Amino acid sequence: MYLARITVTLRKSILDPQGKAVHHALESLGLRSVEDVRIGKFMELRIHSPSEVEARTITDEACKKLLANPVMEDYFFSLERVST
Amino acid sequence: MSKLKFGVVVFPGSNCDHDAHYALEHVLHQDVRFLWHKDSSIGDVDVIVLPGGFSYGDYLRCGAIARFSPIMKEVIDFADRGGTVVGICNGFQILCEAGLLPGALLRNECLTFVCKYVNVRVENADTRFTSRCRPGEVLRIPIAHGEGNYFADDETLCRLESNGRILFRYCERDGSITEAANPNGSCSNIAGIVNEQGNVMGMMPHPERASDPLLGPTDGQKIFASLIETSVLHDHLTDSLIA
Repeated sequence: MYLARITVTLRKSILDPQGKAVHHALESLGLRSVEDVRIGKFMELRIHSPSEVEARTITDEACKKLLANPVMEDYFFSLERVST
Repeated sequence: MSKLKFGVVVFPGSNCDHDAHYALEHVLHQDVRFLWHKDSSIGDVDVIVLPGGFSYGDYLRCGAIARFSPIMKEVIDFADRGGTVVGICNGFQILCEAGLLPGALLRNECLTFVCKYVNVRVENADTRFTSRCRPGEVLRIPIAHGEGNYFADDETLCRLESNGRILFRYCERDGSITEAANPNGSCSNIAGIVNEQGNVMGMMPHPERASDPLLGPTDGQKIFASLIETSVLHDHLTDSLIA
């Protein structure tokens, strides 16, 4: 069993108004050293797979076909072997 | 005059399906039926309408899950065969997610849900969706969305622009395109586009809500009336060719 931890973010070139609003809120908290905020999504997939290579392929396919929209989002993920 | 058969797709969470059905049946006097998202056939409809709403609760991304509904395979086949498909609001988002239209609809730049009448300028009146409009005509149609911020890369925008595929732009009352008239931050004030083949159209404003005179402006009728007119002309042409 593998645990995929996936992060989906808006592509760098796209303005993230939500991140901007949160940035302003952090500034008003007095945290002025925060330079930028980007908001994304975090997902966990538990994958039945005999090998890490296969789990990686499955995660990649899930991201490309559904979890992220390549027009506006980037994704990255890590894989960890976990007990069933 | 023969009637067009419209099929309005109902996804779990659609909430403008009845508005579209009402406008098409009672205002435009066409044949309308609902198509359930689990249906595996669209029957003999002439036009498919993907209505507004929050299909699948907008989970993951607006339209991302609806795109995998059984009916969508039929909708995509229908579109590939040249069938007319109209996506309104959430329907536009679904068409983008399904790859039938380019680009994507992001969260409104202002971050708030925007529900109000807007003015849109008809950028191309030479399509089956806009033939009843004058080029440059300003239509008054309401919007109601949180994710209507149209985004596409520069190359795509260039292609849309040069091929006349931008059908509607948010504008001022006099038709001028300004930043202030852009309610959601859309690239180039885009409110509606059409695919390369000219048979699939997506728009954020709700023409079905601007159809019944009891409710105010009726500019939305022009979009449905264009489809009806185009189809009638097509029938006449086909008849005369056969004769």
